[in-house]
This record gives sequence, structure tokens and C-alpha cells, in this order.
Amino acid sequence: MEQVKCECGHVNPYGTVFCESCGKPLDNVSKPLLDMRYEGSARRSQTYNKTIIDKIWNFFSSVKVGVWLIVITLVASAIGTIFPQKMYLPPNVTPAQYYEDQYGWAGKLYYQLGFDNLYGSWWYVLLLASIGVSLVICSLDRFIPLYRALNNQGVTRHEAFLRRQRLFSSTKISDEHAFEAVKDRLAKRRYRIREENGNILAEKGRFSRWGPYVNHIGLIIFLIGAMLRFVPGMYVDKVLWIREGETKEIPGTNGQYFLKNEKFVFETYQKGKDNPVFNAAIDRAGNGAVAKKYQTTAVLYKRVGPVIPGEEPKLKKVKEYKIRVNDPLKYDHYALYQVDFKLNELNKMSFQLIDKNTGQSFGAVTIDLHDPAPSYDLGKGYRVELLSYFPDFYFDDDGNPATKTKIPNNPAFVFKMYAPDKPKGEVSFVAIRQTIEPFGNNKYKMAFAGIDTRNVSALTVRRDFTLWILGVGGAIFMIGVVQGMYWNHRRIWLKRLDGEVLLAAHTNKNWYGLKNEIQTVIAGTGLMMPIDQTEAEKKEVQGGNGHGATQ
Amino acid sequence: MAQLSSTLLYIAFVLYLIGTFFFGGTIRDKRDRSQTSRWATIGIIITIAGFVSQLGYFITRWIAAGHAPVSNLFEFTTFFGMMLVAAFIVIYFIYRTSILGVFTLPVALLVIAYASMFPREITPLIPALQSDWLHIHVTTAAAGEAILAVSFAAGLIYLIRVVDQSKPSKRTFWLEFVLFCLITTLGFVAVSSAFSAADYEAKFTWVDKTGAKKEAIYDMPALVGPHQWKMEKESAGRFEPLVEMPALINAKKLNTVIWSLFGGIVLYLLLRLILRKRVAAALQPLVKNVNLDLTDEISYRAVAIGFPVFTLGALIFAMIWAQIAWTRFWGWDPKEVWALITWLFYAAFLHLRLSKGWHGEKSAWLAVIGFAIIMFNLVAVNLVLAGLHSYAGS
Ligand code: HEM
Repeated sequence: MEQVKCECGHVNPYGTVFCESCGKPLDNVSKPLLDMRYEGSARRSQTYNKTIIDKIWNFFSSVKVGVWLIVITLVASAIGTIFPQKMYLPPNVTPAQYYEDQYGWAGKLYYQLGFDNLYGSWWYVLLLASIGVSLVICSLDRFIPLYRALNNQGVTRHEAFLRRQRLFSSTKISDEHAFEAVKDRLAKRRYRIREENGNILAEKGRFSRWGPYVNHIGLIIFLIGAMLRFVPGMYVDKVLWIREGETKEIPGTNGQYFLKNEKFVFETYQKGKDNPVFNAAIDRAGNGAVAKKYQTTAVLYKRVGPVIPGEEPKLKKVKEYKIRVNDPLKYDHYALYQVDFKLNELNKMSFQLIDKNTGQSFGAVTIDLHDPAPSYDLGKGYRVELLSYFPDFYFDDDGNPATKTKIPNNPAFVFKMYAPDKPKGEVSFVAIRQTIEPFGNNKYKMAFAGIDTRNVSALTVRRDFTLWILGVGGAIFMIGVVQGMYWNHRRIWLKRLDGEVLLAAHTNKNWYGLKNEIQTVIAGTGLMMPIDQTEAEKKEVQGGNGHGATQ
Repeated sequence: MAQLSSTLLYIAFVLYLIGTFFFGGTIRDKRDRSQTSRWATIGIIITIAGFVSQLGYFITRWIAAGHAPVSNLFEFTTFFGMMLVAAFIVIYFIYRTSILGVFTLPVALLVIAYASMFPREITPLIPALQSDWLHIHVTTAAAGEAILAVSFAAGLIYLIRVVDQSKPSKRTFWLEFVLFCLITTLGFVAVSSAFSAADYEAKFTWVDKTGAKKEAIYDMPALVGPHQWKMEKESAGRFEPLVEMPALINAKKLNTVIWSLFGGIVLYLLLRLILRKRVAAALQPLVKNVNLDLTDEISYRAVAIGFPVFTLGALIFAMIWAQIAWTRFWGWDPKEVWALITWLFYAAFLHLRLSKGWHGEKSAWLAVIGFAIIMFNLVAVNLVLAGLHSYAGS
């Protein structure tokens, strides 16, 4: 498209509203005040609207669209908090059932609409992605022309430009001194002063104009970081249940790392032992009901040498650590977090082989519930064989004993007891508080003698290579918002014209501060305080007075 | 130490109350407003004294507990009130507007009074809260919210000044509604204090949705009773519930809400009876001299300052802590989501203002809505939508 040459000689891109250099309006805008937001620069979205690409570009570069996207996301997010999301449901429930049971028809509808997994739904992710696209496009659409315009701005401004600024005054003044005084004071207030033909442009805080673009870049980086999570290898998220005394391979580490759980510690706040100021609160919750510490005392091992299937790994101790909530064990980009625990899981069970009549004992058997031995020799011809073992016993639909899980929640055993007088053995089915003798009356019995328990700790294994990207995005975002919000871009123009001094000023925000600053800068110089022409405009509208304040 | 701490908080409360009256005194002061009046000077001095006293409460309680007092609902809400006063003091020194004090201090008073309705004892920290990030996150988030709340106070002043009270309209209705909500908070405080002063207690047994028997202790007369309630023997003669709730609904909380509404309505009607006009209309003369553009600017400036602080505290620090404590920086927990909603809302606010030119009244309405969202997160999400943030007061 053709470029536009201004009478000051500057060549502007097609679509420019007022000259980048001198500010002379290039079209016949009839509004009294110039729209200074993007310095009248030629924004692609305001200039082209023909091809489909133009239309997409224009759609996403519109702040109206951006705000709508934000508002829709906001409302959708709120809907997601009405009922708990699927991930917060208790384990072992079917969502369809749960929502209806807990929340009635509303819960059912919620589930049917897919709101139980709202934040992971395709349309929610699409909303976030659209915000991202919109951020990129709207920033490009504005940043480049704005940068050009601010870079090309001239010192000598066209009279029409100055008169159509929000803050404007003209003073008939011959005193050269005033000019110098104002210049000095502006310089003291850290304005950058440029002079040309006796005209002045004083400017400060231009960098704050880049704030929004910097913060949008930060947001985009953050969004990209969040999406990278779905790239394989960037993100490991596993759970490791580990019993006291156990050494286990850490899942997600490709067999490189092993962990030993030395001990799991669970403590609560106790009256008398802890700070007495807590007594009232402990009383309210119940003594021993407020958790104080969850800790896995752990040892981290690394495998030495290659992985050979079927062979015990050789391990080298790397680190001892007390893993607590809020204090994960970190090594080689992996982090192990304390997340859950189970106290007093059954570990070993002991029985005495006794004569049912006399009660005489012939020795004790201790069964490791995680790794039971097939037979136990008690000497002198007494022997016990473990025919079957059901760690989590129940009777299945056919009435046969079976196990629900491999965890010894409710162990049951089928023993065969041999004694010198019973060489063929007697069979006995033993579960907690229950003994069945399937083949009639036995002479011998496995009498329960005691249990040994241990604690189980659950750790989350995490490796997340996206975190630093999120950190960088967040930091850039913060820099950008602070830059744009805590500073502002102020410009003051002074122009000599036929024995008059024209004074105009612009800021992108905080007009109150700018007015105060001008007031102190021109105090006593004889220059007129600029009039806020939007206020004049408002009064005019109210008063119905046709006389423009802008001429 | 703990005793001293409570006393200091009490003193602060009284000082804020006195400060409010001094700022109120500036309204009738007819002298040139470019010069700060003596009333305002005394007002701000008293306010600062109150703030120092509350800071004393904060520090002594910290020493007593061994952790920063921001770990339960009472402490957090009180801290929010303190930050609100701090934000007001800062803004006062930028703009020297005493009318802002007339509106901000009562809001801070309400917030602190509301806070003290929750259990006030010093609570030990559960493992999830044992982190320095607790202090960093909560204090910064509260500071951000408080600065944003100043924008609400300024917006409210703006609306009271501009909304035309000569005939009823949508605007008068919603403005009245906002004031009614503030009055209802006062209603809640009044009703709770009255029943707690009378040591009211009624014990019920009831049946929850799984069919299990539960006990509920009401500290206000039960207008609505829990599912299949039975009053326990020791409470015989106490007020019997008029309506029984299904098991899905937490009848005790609903009962509190009903009583608070009831208290709010009574207070509001009393006010209307005395004033013989809308509350906003009665307040209008107080603000007739305020400079609208300046008020608008203050409201916006508070958002401009508060938004980055809020982002840092409520999102960034929160994410860092969540990563350490809960293994992931974001978990879509209701409290987190509402912080995100607040943040999105203020982002929309800034864009509308900057690009769509939503200044003045529109901007003031937005400031009010923003505060409503913050309060929703503070009150409703804690009490209704329970999440990981186990601040749940009973
Ligand atoms: C959640 C997402 C977003 C956040 C947190 C955000 C944040 C911001 C902030 C803080 C500002 C500075 C405002 C001010 O100085 O008053 C800004 C400006 C701006 N934003 Fe966003 N923004 C977001 C999304 C978007 C989107 C989707 C668009 C696309 C249309 C957009 C377009 C703009 C524009 C055009 C500006 C003004 C730049 C200027 O005039 O200098 N923003 N944004």
C-alpha cells in the first residue's frame, strides 16, 4: 500500500492516523481530542480487513474479544468449583453414582455435562489456548507500530497535535527565563529533555509502555510451559508405597534409584508436651487429634553397573534424608514427597502349635505375611505346612475362600499340621478369630500367638522439567506488570509559536500525578497551567454550551 | 504474651473506631480542602496508632505461637483487616483524602469483628502448614487483597455520589444491595456475639447421608434442624427447630446464615425507619464535596498497585508453596480456582479500563464486584466449598 508523506517530510506507513514525527493529523478525525493510545500508529488490525487471515488477525487482536475470553474462562472456572472435581472424589467410588448420591439431580446433571473434569475438558483447554493466541496477536499488532511511533517521534510537534492533547495551555510570554527554568526543573525530575528549534520534548518512563507486552510474553511462556507437561519425558508422576525396613526401586527412574524406608514417624500435638498456648486448640480438636509430623526416614541408593534381569542390583548409598511434608528429598532432578501413610499394617503373625486337649505347646511359627515360607519345622517330628495363604481374605460368590488384594488386611491360612502321632497331617483353616476344620475334629490346633505390625509410607515421585520454564514465565510476567503499573510514561511538549508558548502533556495513566508535577514545574514561571480538556468536554456536555474548549 | 496480644488487638479496634469519627468530622469542616484539616490530621494519627497497636498484636502473637499468626481463619481475616488499614494509610499519604477513611476504616472494623467470631485460640500448625512459604504466601496475598479492597471503598464513594437517588432504579437497587451486605455482616457479628454472650448451646443428634449418627452443637437457636434431629436430654427446653433439613445440607451453617440475614434485615429496616430514605441516599450528603475524578483515580490506582501484589502473593507464591507441600504447583482446588478467578477479573477490569475507556461509574461498579469476589473467596469458599486449604472454622 502507498505510504503517506507528511508536510514535515516524514514518511508514514499506510494507515497512520497522525504523523509519527510531528503529530499532524493525517485524516480528518473530527473528535476534538486525539486518541493517543497507540500514538496514532498504523495497526495491522485497523488497516486491513480483506483476507481470511486479516479477519482472524483482527478477531484475536481485539481487546473486546480478549476480555470476553477472559470472562468466559472466569465463569467456567467458577462452575468447576460448585461440586468437587473428579480427582477429589474418594477412591473406590464410581463418579456417576457419587455425584448423584451426594448432590441429587444437580450432581447428576453436573456429571452428565462433563463438569466433573471441567479443567481437563477439551473446551477449557481450548479457551486457555485462545487466550494464548489472542495474547500473541494483540501484542504483535500493537507493539511493533507503537515502538516505531515512539522511536520516530519528533521534538517539534504540529500545533494541531498539541492543541488536541488532553492537557493543553498556551501562554503569551516573552520571558526567556521561564523556558530555561522549566527545562531545569524537568531535568531535575529525571525527564529526558530533547530540544530542537527552541522547542522542547521532555519525556520519562517510556519503558513502562513495554510493560503490557513484557507481561504478555511472560504469560505465553507460562502457558507453553504448562502445555509441555504433556510431552513425554518432561514429567514424571508416580506413587511409591514403601513399608518400614523395605528397599524398593523408585518407579519412574528406569531402575536407577532405590529407596529404603528405615522408619515412618507419625506424631501428634500432645497437651503437656507442646507449647501450652496450643492447649485450648488441642482441647477443641481432642488430645492427639492434631497431626504434627509425617516423616519417612529414608536412604536413597543408586544402582551401580548395568541392569541385568533376574539379578539382584548392586546398590551404592547416596543420601540419607528425613522426608517430611513440605520438605521433599531432592536428587538428580527427582523429588520424593511425603503424601500418604498407613499405620500398623500387619507384617508378621505368630501361632503356637498346641494340643487342643492338654493345651501343651510344641513350638511357635512366625509367618511373614508378605513372603510366607511354605513349611515350618518345629523339631521332634512336629511340622507345619502352609497349603494356602489369603492375604486379604473373603468368601467369593461360590463360597470359596479368596483374596481381594495382596495386602495383608485380613490374612487367612490353610495349614497342614504334622505330629509324630499324626503322620498324615491335619488340615485347618485359620483366619482372624475363626478356625474351620474341614475334615472333622482335629487333635492339634494353630493357636494365635501375636502379631507384628509396621507402618507404610506413600511417597510421590516427581520429576518436572517444565518448572523452570514456568518460573521464567512467572518472573517475566511480574517484571512486566510492575513495569507497566508502577511507572508511567509522561511527556511534556513546549513549543514556541508567534510569541506564545504552547504547553501540552500526555501520560498513559495517573493524570492526577502528572498535573501535580506540571504544577510544581511551572510554578512562578508565568506559564499557564494546562487545562484538562476532558473535564472541559464533560462540563460542556452537561452545560450544553457549544463553545469548544479545544480550539 | 497471648493475653497481651489480645489486648493490643482490642485497643487497635477501638482506635480505628475513634479514627473513623475523626475522619467523619472532616466532612463538616468547611475550610479550604486543599489544606488538610485538623480533624483529618488527628484521624490519621489515631489510625496509625491503631495500626501500630495491631502490629503489636501480630508480633506478640507470633512470638507466643512460634509461627506467624496467619494460620487459621481468625488470624488470616484479622491480618487482612490490618493490611486494609495499612493500604489506606499509604493511599492517604498519596492523595490526602479523608473521606476515604470514612469508608475504609468501617470496612476494616467489620472485617476484624467478623474475624473474631471464629475460634480465636492459637492453633498448632499441621504438617502441611509448616513452611515459611505459608507466611510469605498468606501475607502477600492478604496485602494484595487489602489494596484491592481500597479500590472498593473508593468505588463505593464514587457510586454513592453519582447514583441518582431521586427515583428508584436498577442502580439504586444494587447500590442499596451492596450496603445491605455490609450491614448483614454487622448483623452476623451482632447475633453471634449476643448468643455467645448468653452462652447459648443446644445439642442434637442427627443422621447423616451414610446413615451414621452424628452430634451437632448449635450455638444459636435452631431455626432449621439437621436431618432426623433429636434434641439431647441436657438441652431439653431449648428452642426446637421449625424445619428439618435433608442430609445433604449442613443445617448448622444454614442456621447461622439465616440468623445473620435476619439480623441484617432487622438492622437495615431500623436504619430505613430512622433515616426515612435509602441508606445510600442518606450517605450521599457526606460525599457531596468529593472530587469524582480523584476518587476514580484512587480506585484505579489501588487496582494498579494491588494487582501485581495479588499476583505475586495469591498465585506465584501460592504455586511455589503448592509445589513443595503438595507436589504440584496447581491442583484446581476451589481456593486456588477462586484466586485465579479474582485475578482474571481484575485483568479484565484493567483491559476494559485501558482499552474500552471504562472509567468513572462503570469502573466503580467493577471495583465493587471485584471486592465481592475477594470476599466470596474469603468467606464462602472457606465455609462452603471445603478444599485443601483447611482453614475451616467450625
Ligand atoms: C489473563 C490474561 C491477561 C493478563 C493477566 C493481562 C495483563 C495485562 C496487563 C496487566 C496490562 C496492563 C494494563 C494497564 O496498564 O492498565 C495489559 C494490557 C493489555 N493487554 Fe493484556 N492481559 C491478559 C490477556 C490479554 C489478552 C487475551 C489480550 C488480547 C486481546 C490482551 C491485550 C492487552 C492490550 C491490548 C493491552 C494494552 C497495551 C497498551 O495499550 O499499552 N491482554 N494486559
